[in-house]
Amino acid sequence: MKLLQTNLQEVETAAELDKMIKENDNVMVCCGRMGPMCIPVYDIMEELEDERSKVKFAVMAFDSPEAGIIRDAKECRSFMGLPFTMYYKNGVVTAATSSIQNRSQVMSIIDEKLCN
Amino acid sequence: MDDIFDVMIIGAGAAGLTAGIYSSRARHSTLILNEGAIGGQMVLTDEIANYPGVENTQGYSLANTMKKQAKEFGCKIKSNIQIKEYQLEGKVKKVSLHDGREFSAKTVILAPGGKPRSLDIPGEDQFKGKGISYCATCDGDFFTGKEIAVIGGGNSALEEAVSLTKYAEKVTIIHQFDHFQAFEHAIREAKNHPRIKFIMESELRAFEGDTGLQKIQVEHLPSGNISEINVEGAFVFIGYMPNTKAFKDLVTLNSRDEIIVDEDKNTSTRGVFAAGDCIPKKYRQVTTAVADGTIAALSASAYLRDL
Repeated sequence: MKLLQTNLQEVETAAELDKMIKENDNVMVCCGRMGPMCIPVYDIMEELEDERSKVKFAVMAFDSPEAGIIRDAKECRSFMGLPFTMYYKNGVVTAATSSIQNRSQVMSIIDEKLCN
Repeated sequence: MDDIFDVMIIGAGAAGLTAGIYSSRARHSTLILNEGAIGGQMVLTDEIANYPGVENTQGYSLANTMKKQAKEFGCKIKSNIQIKEYQLEGKVKKVSLHDGREFSAKTVILAPGGKPRSLDIPGEDQFKGKGISYCATCDGDFFTGKEIAVIGGGNSALEEAVSLTKYAEKVTIIHQFDHFQAFEHAIREAKNHPRIKFIMESELRAFEGDTGLQKIQVEHLPSGNISEINVEGAFVFIGYMPNTKAFKDLVTLNSRDEIIVDEDKNTSTRGVFAAGDCIPKKYRQVTTAVADGTIAALSASAYLRDL
């Protein structure tokens, strides 16, 4: 069941995320809630979907048990702010951020770590 | 130049979206340019229970409805853009973006809103999301059983401090003055809470830690003494400032950097109006921003008729 009201693809299971990472070279997944720190990041991702066609954008509900794949990832060990955002290149985590990010912060990670 | 509009609105918070609804409904070609996320500070509000006609809603939901309304009337919205330059003098106003696009319009409504004040002290960027937070509702549960600090002395700081006691073992409120600028009931509730402590007349000087926040440096202002407090979390609620830096030489601002307007929301520049949290006013609510946006749009409409 989808829990996030966005226009982005919502990943519902760990297996689904795993498949997405395997099938796409560049993936950005934002794991959060419908809260004030997360919504601006979803908003930016929705806009970047048109501008960065080489990147697969998706969201995952933070409170889903399946989101443990992100919540418990070693890259997120020190994270204490929603959303947890993961960037995967060729199946490997290449960057991870905690809490709200602005458009230029997201763009700079995408351009430096994914579309380089 | 991509397009020429009747009305160009800068900002897509409650004031900007309302102006967009009224202006496009009046069949003026209308463009909203927004540098941040649509909804402005509305999306930073978890629950809105006092918006007339709407029993109880979430900030993002109200913002989405306003955006939908504006779009349905034909309003164009471009968000998360980066504005390079404004030219507000003359009969045609222009806005240039960093990506090279240019937009022009016969009249402009400035509704850039405000932004949360940051402390701008060492460690703030480093520990954002790793101990430093600006949203108790979002991140409170990461601090279950931990000792945290709340920075600020207004309604948000005191109310959120009480709310954070649901999770945190101990909450220390740090405030620069010897008194709070909050409603009496909020002060009373915080002062009566057994797990809330207060450090008054003090300011933060640094956030410190390793992979996450571990301690803060606090200066007691009357004495100048610096002390260290061990905390794993710090929530910053030190108010908002108007987002008007870009308009400093284009319209008249007051000493608080707010755009001076008359009762019809005219700024000092002909054909340029302002609305919302960027103008001087005592009460900053979604409802007051909506009222400002309405007046600005109707005034812009009257201005267009007289051209």
